[in-house]
Amino acid sequence: MKRRAVMKYAAVAAALSFGLTACSGSGSDDAKESGVVRVTLANHVWTEGIKAAIPEFEQSSGLKVELTQLGEDQLSDQYNVKLNAGSDEIDVMMYRPLQEGKAFAKNGYLADLTEKVSSDSGWDWKDYQEGPVKATTADGKVVGVPIITEREVLYYRKDLLKAAGLEVPKTMEELEAAAKAIKESTPDTAGFVARTGKSTAVTQFSSFLYSFGGDFTDSSGKSAVNSDAAKQAYAYYGGLIKNYGPANVSTDMSWPEAMAIFTQGKAAFYTEADSLYKNATDPAKSKVADEVGFAPLPAGPAGSKPYNIPSWGLAVNEASSNQDNAWKFIQWATSKERTLAAQKAGVPGPRASVWANPEGTSTYPKDLADAIAVSAKNGVGHDRPEVVTVGKAREIVGEPIVASITGADASAAADSAHDAFQKFLDSEEK
Amino acid sequence: MSVTNAPRSAPARSAGRPPSFGGNVSAWSNRHRKWLFAAPAMIFVGILIVFPLVWTLYLSLTDSQGSVRAATEFIGFQNYLTVLTDTERFWPAVGRTLTFTGVALVCEVVLGMGIALLLWRPFRGEKWVRVAILLPLVATPVAVGMMWRLIFDPNIGFANQLLGMIGIPPQPWLSGQDTALGTTIFMDVWQWTPMVVLILLAGLTSLSDEPDEAARVDGANAFQRFFYITLPLMMPTVIVAILLRGIDALKTFDILYATKGKGGGSFNEVETLNVYAYGLSFDYNQYGLSSAVLILFFMIIIGSMWLLTMRKKAVSK
Repeated sequence: MKRRAVMKYAAVAAALSFGLTACSGSGSDDAKESGVVRVTLANHVWTEGIKAAIPEFEQSSGLKVELTQLGEDQLSDQYNVKLNAGSDEIDVMMYRPLQEGKAFAKNGYLADLTEKVSSDSGWDWKDYQEGPVKATTADGKVVGVPIITEREVLYYRKDLLKAAGLEVPKTMEELEAAAKAIKESTPDTAGFVARTGKSTAVTQFSSFLYSFGGDFTDSSGKSAVNSDAAKQAYAYYGGLIKNYGPANVSTDMSWPEAMAIFTQGKAAFYTEADSLYKNATDPAKSKVADEVGFAPLPAGPAGSKPYNIPSWGLAVNEASSNQDNAWKFIQWATSKERTLAAQKAGVPGPRASVWANPEGTSTYPKDLADAIAVSAKNGVGHDRPEVVTVGKAREIVGEPIVASITGADASAAADSAHDAFQKFLDSEEK
Repeated sequence: MSVTNAPRSAPARSAGRPPSFGGNVSAWSNRHRKWLFAAPAMIFVGILIVFPLVWTLYLSLTDSQGSVRAATEFIGFQNYLTVLTDTERFWPAVGRTLTFTGVALVCEVVLGMGIALLLWRPFRGEKWVRVAILLPLVATPVAVGMMWRLIFDPNIGFANQLLGMIGIPPQPWLSGQDTALGTTIFMDVWQWTPMVVLILLAGLTSLSDEPDEAARVDGANAFQRFFYITLPLMMPTVIVAILLRGIDALKTFDILYATKGKGGGSFNEVETLNVYAYGLSFDYNQYGLSSAVLILFFMIIIGSMWLLTMRKKAVSK
């Protein structure tokens, strides 16, 4: 009797453990056989549009889409864990070419799509703008398809400018003068707001850096964050926030916090990525929706040089054996029709034909469409240091921004950031 | 009356035949019963605790970075040397971890003892008060972080409006370089004091009344009774509370990450060891270095646990 009971328990335990294994994630071989494609996307307006259209894809392709949607940081962590482990549980992944692209390509996480992108002339890889294509190409191989592009533009409050009798600033000097005038005339309202976090501000600061004639590295790849131009840019950006920014300004602001200050009507000028414009013009999210105007980034000593970059792309997991189905999904999600639909929903795309099509900018405020056109022309193709460990590089080159905002010596901070950045660059070369 | 002398059991019938496969397995499992029953727990511990620990230890001795599957080189104690001589991030992080834990623990135990003493004797509405006090404990730490972040927003937050009402100028709270750590300690105290209350209350309830009554008869006042009777008797429980809460406080990550993000803010103002190790592995992808930090951190936790357990033994004697 006892013995039988033991056997019975053993049998139940065995059955349970088999059951549990069956419940755990299935590999890509199973997915391929059952016609499933596993897609991991970030929370973004683009994703919302795609999500709504997925049934359309499922019907036409006969495939089933399993969608995982995560916040930006969680997505990064998820990739770090799963791709590191060589998991084949992801087929299609949405990634940030400039943030993770180099590291992922170096680690061999991204499948080579060179043949696939050139095989379908109807889908038309040549239609893609040059900058975004460069960012999703590694060692001559295409490893991703850009989906969203961004440029930095100036958001401003039409009503405040009108009340103060000011013109839309065209140069950095005019911007500072206007911010000063507004801060002085309406003490409750900041003249200027922008990101302040050490790492998060780097991308938005980059346009100021380029417009002052600087860059993170020089032509030989050495650190250039202590050049005169860079020092001026650090002092200018930080100074605008310190002198004309919100009272009690936090040094942790990323775009949601800075955008909130602008959309709550507490700031006159705000420099930010154009792809976030809906947050400012949607009455459900913004108290000043009707009063928001857009202009190209004001010109510095070197002209107006905003970044013009692909912020997100789609790639195929190298470890997946379901790559053909993954490509089918990407081909559909990045088709001309889908890109047009996304762009009309407020997501600036990377396709030249969509920008050339009047319908492509039909839903944009006119001043924004104009600002984008200008920025696309004189834009710079990166908004952060082009290195493998971008996270660390951003923290290093972002330090003088914070120093400048808090009123510390920006020039000294730039010098020490330069030493640290050069050391970092040397370590990356090894 | 006739008695049928039938064979009594199956084994007798099958005697002489070789045992079947099933019989073999069951005989084996019967002989190794203790191992068989302990096996699931041992496998669980092996896979989920021992393996990661050994793997981390191994990684900490290599220059692993970028991808854990990339080729690595064994570099001995180089990572430990780098970490232990790092006065920019590591040692300040150790300092913050100890400050955070120390200050939070003292506040939680003192407050917790006070509240537990108040709740000790039965009173009207006791149930409701107990439920209300336990509420912070059941809230999700990330949600708690987001909530306090809104309350402490320097421009539109409730905390500064409240201060404004009584004429105090707005404070930077979480966004201030010097005030951020204190603010996160406050959040930790708010959330975890109830747990300390719970443990201490359990201890108080199990105390016998006689010593207290005897002291009362001898004319001891409330303070004397607390400091000379209740507290010494409660010491083992207090140490358990410190032990449990201390380990947890050392490892705090969620509220720090939810309020200040990666790196603990632009000046690393709330970067504790846990936040630092997270940044090293998830942001910098320096797995070797990160593992070294984690092993050192593990040793700090084990060390403090050992000290407290020793203390508890001494008190119990």
